[in-house]
Amino acid sequence: MSEANAISNNTPMIELKRLNKWYGDFHVLRDIDLTVKRGERIVICGPSGSGKSTMIRCINHLEEHQQGEIVVGGIQMTRDIKRIEQIRRNVGMVFQHFNLFPHLTVLENCCLSPIWVQKKPRREAEKTAMEYLERVKIANQARKYPGQLSGGQQQRVAIARSLCMSPEVMLFDEPTSALDPEMIKEVLDVMVELAQEGMTMLCVTHEMGFAKTVADRVIFMDEGQIIEENAPHEFFNNPRSLRTQTFLSQILGH
Amino acid sequence: MTAFREQMIAQRQPPDQRRGVIGWLRTNLFAGPINSIISLIVIAIAIRLLWPVIDWAFIEADWVGNSREACTSDGACWVFISARWNQIVYGFYPEALRWRVDIVFAIFAALIAWLIVPKLPAKKSVGIFALIGFPIVSWILLLGGMFGLDHVPTRLWGGLMLTLTIAAVGIVGSLPIGVLLALGRRSKMPLVKGVCVVFIEFWRGVPLITVLFMASVMLPLFVPAQMEFDKLLRALIGIMLFWSAYMAEVVRGGLQAIPKGQSEAGAALGLGYWQRMGLIVLPQALKLVIPGIVNTFISLFKDTSLVLIIGLFDVLAIIQAGLTDSDWLGFAIEGYVFAALIFWVFCFSMSRYSQYIENRLNTGHK
Repeated sequence: MSEANAISNNTPMIELKRLNKWYGDFHVLRDIDLTVKRGERIVICGPSGSGKSTMIRCINHLEEHQQGEIVVGGIQMTRDIKRIEQIRRNVGMVFQHFNLFPHLTVLENCCLSPIWVQKKPRREAEKTAMEYLERVKIANQARKYPGQLSGGQQQRVAIARSLCMSPEVMLFDEPTSALDPEMIKEVLDVMVELAQEGMTMLCVTHEMGFAKTVADRVIFMDEGQIIEENAPHEFFNNPRSLRTQTFLSQILGH
Repeated sequence: MTAFREQMIAQRQPPDQRRGVIGWLRTNLFAGPINSIISLIVIAIAIRLLWPVIDWAFIEADWVGNSREACTSDGACWVFISARWNQIVYGFYPEALRWRVDIVFAIFAALIAWLIVPKLPAKKSVGIFALIGFPIVSWILLLGGMFGLDHVPTRLWGGLMLTLTIAAVGIVGSLPIGVLLALGRRSKMPLVKGVCVVFIEFWRGVPLITVLFMASVMLPLFVPAQMEFDKLLRALIGIMLFWSAYMAEVVRGGLQAIPKGQSEAGAALGLGYWQRMGLIVLPQALKLVIPGIVNTFISLFKDTSLVLIIGLFDVLAIIQAGLTDSDWLGFAIEGYVFAALIFWVFCFSMSRYSQYIENRLNTGHK
């Protein structure tokens, strides 16, 4: 944190330089170069298997890259676990399947990391957690277990849980893909609100409406490479590469 | 055809599904002629088979007396048990010092009651005392030789107190070691993983009897003569390591059932490995394998009677020894039935408690 804050606001929040990753012989990420400014909101889309999830999972080292450089908030990623954990404290992540801890209540889910990682007193952690739960409009369910909530509610709790660590970056890995259609909006509303407050966000999603409303940049990936990146208006109206055009016609065509 | 509804149907009470004893009998045992006949036959067979047992154990049995002369009827003679009661409970523990065993029993019972009854407070501190303080207190009280207490060598220990000592040490020791082994076996570090795999496969591959023999006969050959380990201590260590290997595999089954996303979510929140395991993965994994863990505890409890082959007199061995007493020849059935009953009471209690715990820990996810 302190190291990150010491760096001026002009330095990029995230830098990926010539990032390469293989699963065995399979080349999943190929020469990824990406710079994300502070407060920038980026939507990443692409067909399944294109490496978009893998890429954002490299940013908090849930996946290990083999070549290239990752710098998050001025901290260079190495294999050193202390440094990885330092980066993770500053980067929130929301998963497709929520990954709430089913044996803990909603409130305990939110307090776990502040108490054990940031060493906050329980009462203070609970107060902060309730504020964030309030913001995602689920404070009245704080004493329930995740299994008693709907998918949309669970995902909002997951967002609140990440925010409790006051991260500077939020990574969203297909946050609405596992939701019933009528619950997608409640999650997207929370994400839009977060974007408007100036959070640096990287969202892997197929919600093109969300991309059009909040994204500063849309990135299209295919076969482990960044094929095209552009402002949403340009991206949707004048896609340059053939792959992007095909992809867009497939997801917007029906 | 089109249909629409503007007025919603109001909620109604469900139909009354309560039934009395008669209703239950009618639906479950006497639902039709064939059903009724089968029920009657089964009940008749059950009574026919069980009656002699009940007759022998209760109705025709002798309950009071203090010598063989009291055994006059055709049924069981429980006088055999009551006459040998002290030995069954304390083994050869000196009579004047048995109050020390009684205190340990009393603390043990109180701790279990405290931990089982949900309403009592301070479960955490009581639990920590049960795991750390209680063994030390018991060790001092039972063994003596310090604080002015007379030393009672472990070869005098026996009966129920020995069985419970071995079972308690085995249970309390094998679970944490088993958890560490299970985590180690899933480790990405090849050396840690290798050591754990070899350890687990070694102990699972040898019979407990061999382990006990090794501990009591072979081990002294390998260590310098002046180093003397207590025989009971050697058996305890052997039993603990043996069962920890089984426990490790049970726990590993639970660990494998926890989705990778759980640990990843913990990692993304900045939690370290031990925090992720201790706060997220293990609580869920252990809850999942409670039946397997308790199953192992029950096996362990019953297998404590194997220490008989290295000359330790557990509850079964002491009863068996009593059978050879020339005053009491011919009471083998009573002796073995009683031994079985003791084991059954403890094992059944563990089984019921595990079911209760499972229900209590249920938080509504599958």
